[in-house]
Amino acid sequence: MFAACADPKSIEGLTWGFCYLTSGKHVDFYWSFVVVLALLAITAPAALGMGFMGATAARSHIAPISWLGKIYIWMVRGIPDIIFFLFFVIALDQGLEYLKSLAVCDGGAWPWQGLEFRVCQEAKVPLGASSSGWHQAYGFGLAVVTFAIVFGAFVANVIYGAMQAVPHAQLETAEAYGMSRAQVFRRILVPQMWVYALPGLGNLWMILIKATPLLFLLGVKDIVYYARELGGSKTQAYEYPHGDWRLWYFLGLLVFYLVFTSLSERVFARLSRRLSKGQATSGGKAMRKAAA
Amino acid sequence: MSMTCWETVQAYAFRSIGIGENLLPKSDFTLCQQFTLIGSGMIWNLYFGVLALTFGFFLANAVALAKNARNPLVRKPAEWFVFVFRGSPLFIQFFLAYEALILLPKFPGIEATLVAVFPVEVIISIDIGSGWQTRAWAGALLVLFLNTSAYAAEIFHGALKSIPKGDLEAAEAYGLTGWKRFIRIEWPTMLRLGWPGYTNEAIFLFHATTLVYFSGFPAFSQKGDALYYANYFADKTFNPFVPYPIVGFYFICLTLLVTTIYGAVNKRLNRHLPSNQRQKIRLRPNLIR
Repeated sequence: MFAACADPKSIEGLTWGFCYLTSGKHVDFYWSFVVVLALLAITAPAALGMGFMGATAARSHIAPISWLGKIYIWMVRGIPDIIFFLFFVIALDQGLEYLKSLAVCDGGAWPWQGLEFRVCQEAKVPLGASSSGWHQAYGFGLAVVTFAIVFGAFVANVIYGAMQAVPHAQLETAEAYGMSRAQVFRRILVPQMWVYALPGLGNLWMILIKATPLLFLLGVKDIVYYARELGGSKTQAYEYPHGDWRLWYFLGLLVFYLVFTSLSERVFARLSRRLSKGQATSGGKAMRKAAA
Repeated sequence: MSMTCWETVQAYAFRSIGIGENLLPKSDFTLCQQFTLIGSGMIWNLYFGVLALTFGFFLANAVALAKNARNPLVRKPAEWFVFVFRGSPLFIQFFLAYEALILLPKFPGIEATLVAVFPVEVIISIDIGSGWQTRAWAGALLVLFLNTSAYAAEIFHGALKSIPKGDLEAAEAYGLTGWKRFIRIEWPTMLRLGWPGYTNEAIFLFHATTLVYFSGFPAFSQKGDALYYANYFADKTFNPFVPYPIVGFYFICLTLLVTTIYGAVNKRLNRHLPSNQRQKIRLRPNLIR
């Protein structure tokens, strides 16, 4: 990368450290942090959307829709989520390939036969011949969908609770003013529910951050993958030989997560103060008292 | 060679701890095999969960009290302990512990001190033969123990802070101070207030045990936990729709069992209160650490 790093075996000390940390593999490692942040940036709004829909469905007056919403919410209770992660990734993958096989394969045989899942070569997602970049992107896409489904259920639970927590008198008053059900929902319920949902959502955000190493289990080359790769001991055959440094790489990851979660905590504390303004909660009351 | 279901149970019920038939089924998987082997793997989930919770309860109490201390020399370490274990993914903690346990033999001095300090010296048992296994199992257990201690300490610390002031004043009026006040009033009240949260933590911890074999601690000679066998079947049959729901089923049963036991304790902790003031256990959805 840098001219000074052309011959790694001849350099020492700080230069060696600098060259080592800017080697091609390390740059990939730094990019994988961006992958993690991208996952968070995509998953958080997606899960929020799924959760909002789930909670709204659970409150629906049409029984089948309300059941669907409730099943979605209770799905995550009692079962470890890692099982959902392992399950959804395979299930989504096979489902996609089955749908594609209906379109592109002739014959259309039922793919789940005995011990094998078999679709024709053209129906593979991504195609066997695709570049590894596509495989990585596909893995990442599956991870995003899986995270959104699982975390959507958690969010739905929080938002459902928050909607129930909005004082009933407020909704009745709105109805007495002649608002339709949709208007009550849009103008009264949704704006007020956020303050009740915020602590739960903040908690979920922390948990989402801490769930990102699961990307590794889903086969994406994430920070855990690179920490293991780069940290493993390297013999003289490598450009930068060193002993087993995985411990230090994982310590680095630990610090990354600690900084990230504690920063988030502070942001949420601020946000909560903001949202409590003028609300009929103890937090809002305390603020009014302090101002007076 | 086909076995009846009862024969399968006899052969594989304790496979995860190395008793019974050694060879895992390779083809013609039956539902019975899946149920038996995954159930056998649950032994490990129970082992990790029960031991971590039992030891963790004591450490959590100690840390909660330390976090409440006025002396910063006591308070700060407790705060950091809770921050580190609650602020980072359990997954990373597992990896770190695993690497640390691998590196440890290279520093005989540290190893000897650790053996002397910790009563759980199995962790660092140096015999090469079975050493690796005990190391992995005890290492994972150590992480789960510290992790649950941190989470539970936070719950108990919150409970300690929310003890009604009137209770403490009443205790003082009765002449109870210091240690007596703590053991008769503060501690039971803390447990009572924190118990519903602690119940959720216990369920949560059992769920976290599924991460053990996915986090560097390898399963030796195919002795793994429930998820390990579920993964084995899913890999072999290309069909996730059977083994994972089976794990789910076992965990729902386990969750019900934990709720029953902790509910009984909760009832005892609340026995002196009128029924409308009792703390109720509310199951909250369980989340990833």
